[in-house]
Amino acid sequence: MTQKLVIIGAGMASGRVIEHLLDADPGAYDITLFNAEPRGNYNRIMLSPVLSGEKTYEEIVTHSDAWYAERGITCRFGEHVVKIDPEMKVVEGENGHVPYDKLVIATGSAPFIIPVPGHDLPGVISYRDLDDTNAMIEAAAKGGKAVVIGGGLLGLEAAAGLKERGMEVTVLHLMGHLMERQLDEAAGYLLRKDLEARGITVKTQASTKAILGEDRARAVLLDSGETLGADLVVMAVGIRPETRLATDAHLDVARGIEVNAQMQTSHPDIYAVGECVEFDGHLFGLVAPLYDQAKVLADSLLDQPNAFVVKELATKLKVTGCDLFSAGDFAEGETRDDIVFRDPARGIYKRLVIEEDRLVGAVMYGDTADGSWFFGLIKDGTDIEEMRETLIFGPAFQGGASADPLSAVAALPPEAEICGCNGVCKGQITSAIERGATDLGAIRATTKASASCGTCTGLVEQLLAVTLGDGYAAPQAQPICGCTHHTHEDVRRLIKSQELKSQAAVWQELGWTTANGCHICRPAVNYYLLADWPLEYQDDPQSRFVNERKHANIQKDGTFSVVPRMWGGITTPDELRAIADAADKYDVPTVKVTGGQRIDLLGVRGEDLPGIWSDLNRAGLVSGHAYSKGLRTVKTCVGTDHCRFGTQDSTGLGIKLEKHLWGSWTPHKLKLAVSGCPRNCAEATCKDIGVICVDSGYEIHVGGAAGMEIKGTELLCKVATEEEAIEVISAMTQIYRENAKYLDRIYKWLAKVGLDWVKTQIVDDLENRKALAARFELSQSVYRKDPWAEHAQDRTTRAQYAPLANLTLEAAE
Amino acid sequence: MSWIDIGHIDDIPLHGARVVKTPGGCVGLFRTGPQQVFAASDRCPHKGGPLSEGIVHGHSVTCPLHNWVFDLNTGQALGADEGRIETYPLRVEAGRLLIDGTAIGKRSAA
Ligand SMILES: Cc1cc2nc3c(=O)[nH]c(=O)nc-3n(C[C@H](O)[C@H](O)[C@H](O)COP(=O)(O)OP(=O)(O)OC[C@H]3O[C@@H](n4cnc5c(N)ncnc54)[C@H](O)[C@@H]3O)c2cc1C
Ligand code: SF4
Ligand code: FES
Repeated sequence: MTQKLVIIGAGMASGRVIEHLLDADPGAYDITLFNAEPRGNYNRIMLSPVLSGEKTYEEIVTHSDAWYAERGITCRFGEHVVKIDPEMKVVEGENGHVPYDKLVIATGSAPFIIPVPGHDLPGVISYRDLDDTNAMIEAAAKGGKAVVIGGGLLGLEAAAGLKERGMEVTVLHLMGHLMERQLDEAAGYLLRKDLEARGITVKTQASTKAILGEDRARAVLLDSGETLGADLVVMAVGIRPETRLATDAHLDVARGIEVNAQMQTSHPDIYAVGECVEFDGHLFGLVAPLYDQAKVLADSLLDQPNAFVVKELATKLKVTGCDLFSAGDFAEGETRDDIVFRDPARGIYKRLVIEEDRLVGAVMYGDTADGSWFFGLIKDGTDIEEMRETLIFGPAFQGGASADPLSAVAALPPEAEICGCNGVCKGQITSAIERGATDLGAIRATTKASASCGTCTGLVEQLLAVTLGDGYAAPQAQPICGCTHHTHEDVRRLIKSQELKSQAAVWQELGWTTANGCHICRPAVNYYLLADWPLEYQDDPQSRFVNERKHANIQKDGTFSVVPRMWGGITTPDELRAIADAADKYDVPTVKVTGGQRIDLLGVRGEDLPGIWSDLNRAGLVSGHAYSKGLRTVKTCVGTDHCRFGTQDSTGLGIKLEKHLWGSWTPHKLKLAVSGCPRNCAEATCKDIGVICVDSGYEIHVGGAAGMEIKGTELLCKVATEEEAIEVISAMTQIYRENAKYLDRIYKWLAKVGLDWVKTQIVDDLENRKALAARFELSQSVYRKDPWAEHAQDRTTRAQYAPLANLTLEAAE
Repeated sequence: MSWIDIGHIDDIPLHGARVVKTPGGCVGLFRTGPQQVFAASDRCPHKGGPLSEGIVHGHSVTCPLHNWVFDLNTGQALGADEGRIETYPLRVEAGRLLIDGTAIGKRSAA
């Protein structure tokens, strides 16, 4: 007897089930197919090409009305199923009941809508089916602005399609980089760059607060307070399995409808397939596993043994020109290694993740030709030990000659381009070498090769080595660390000239060999970025040494020392009382007067830092930055206020300077002092910058040292007024911030550039002095603030100081 | 194994770390990627530096006191330094961090 099979949902999963079923046994079931959409099955994943105009709906239909008719399938399209009755074995459609022997739930998933105010206004669309796609096409025909919320696969495909149809498109993404589930930061950065190049605006870490408009969506309001005009808002923030029918019928439902490996739900006659199911804790959002499920389900319905297993997945983005590939698991693990390859000039990035001689994950951007080969290695769990060295170069390199860079360069033809920026080919460089240019500097001077972006420096050096043989001595310049061949100076220059404004941009464009640097280069790069782009770049606490991350000095036992600022070394009884109270309250074991004229509370527990800061803040005390590569103190003497020798108000100037400079980050620590007369009680002539007051004005000295090295300052200039002194010192600080290598104190840096050069810049060239001072002020508009107050008051930051969890109690039970 | 929920992955900043207090001492949780967290002893074998205060890079962390670098996969010190920190099984599920209670318990018994 033919059994009755009812299927709810005519989507991609159930489409496959029907095909398998009919192939194996066309007479086994009498099929009724419900679909909420007023049409049968089409290739949902090709909606994006329909949106962009590359395809029509007709081209993506997989099962036409005629197809169903020929196979005797009863179609109830455009009809929602509203209820399942497992006892009676009946489903209830909007237009009547249908009894079943076996039931398949294939309801897919529903777009997740963030419940912000305005989410239900007309003009807000999600992206799931043909109707959504047509609504977007219609909206785009009127032009205007579109805001896409969600920078995942769907959101980006929607954004690209809308852009293609002439809208002005902005993508908002909550996380730090696009498609963070499939891509790492480097690939996310390249993707963003490609999207921006085609005119799409991308905002990351952008959280939507509300959609504004009376009768329809007009704008999107962000948490940051920014408002973006929008004629169309597309919400593509994720999906959740469509489980309502199953829940109402009391089937087991977790996040999705729970099924066993036969795709059977908790009710033996009811099966589920596709995005609506949950299997062994997994949810599904791509078609490959659904097709496997469909095969298993067809077998189950025909009483054939089969079992579904979860396999690795690969993702591609269907946006023409954005070539990305991501497969396997590069996210979690215990014992893993990375292999990273970058070709900045061509915008290529590849990363392989290896665990116990097997490839477990791969991310690629720009050149994904080898994607399926890597995916095969991942799925098969191939032992890659033998080819590990050359694995990243793909199948073409396996079993071939070992890749020796020198012989590769030697084999290049003379017309091969070496320097892309300046269009210099190999022949020009070799002939320059033959004419006597025997080092990098000479090559740069005579041919311009490697003189712009510098990324071909390695190639030019290899050419020198090949051409000169033993006659070539490799340059002495030290790279920052093992992550790069660039020197600090190169990186500073390239960050400016190439306008690199994020760490990911530096890693990629400058060819870093590690995923995200190391403890040596990351703090340096973080500093360079914030010094050069104070408004655009956001300081990254995770790229700072603990002292600067936690705004206190770590001690050898893991506790911290806390030093509040005492402007110019001046304090009050109230401040002293607050310090004493804090020392009592937090059991501070040691209280010490420092060499910089202030008081150090030593031995504070990390967890107590926000608390002690709040207490000190209440008395008006702020961070003394005793831990920073930035302004420390301005030491002063008492000057004209009290001293019989004093020529100027040295204390007053010291306080002004400290208030002007505090909070600024510099390549290394910056200590100042102001002495009221040449007797120099404030020891100004061994500071980074020192002022000696004289009757006729102020002598500004620079480049002193009193640490591992001892060195007296040199005179930079003499000025008549306090205002000029402050301006010169701002300019001096800024020129040091913009040019010095990270961890060079002023005296070290001066030894490289020379005091005379600095004088031409800020003493002789008044305009330049003012411009430097203005740039310093711009940066201070961001950084002149108390980090203690910020950390203590912000709940999330404050929480970082406490342990994530305390398991000591539970385990003791 | 018994998995204990100790928090959400976003409670740890990317390329940052937090600690969990256990009877056997602090365990550091190191977030090396958007979806990737390692659990390992917070105590540097050199002179007891708190590793969770170090800089997290690649799959490694650098001790804040004297710059020893540890591979979080194996716990092994890298480069010229010799030493090892204990590592603990940790899973990330739907954003929740689950640590293996048995492994931590064992440590407290030792
Ligand atoms: C724009 C877009 C691009 C995509 N790109 C890719 C890609 O590149 N690669 C990839 O692998 N995957 C992609 N996907 C995901 C893929 O389309 C889905 O994984 C797949 O369609 C899920 O199949 P399904 O059968 O489970 O659900 P669906 O295909 O969603 O089918 C479910 C059907 O059930 C119907 N239904 C729901 N409730 C009821 C009810 N109560 N009564 C009657 N009918 C109901 C729905 O109307 C729907 O037609 C994309 C998805 C979209 C939207
Ligand atoms: S430096 Fe001159 S003004 Fe200042 S305290 Fe000493 S003697 Fe007095
Ligand atoms: S204590 Fe960790 S390196 Fe010394």
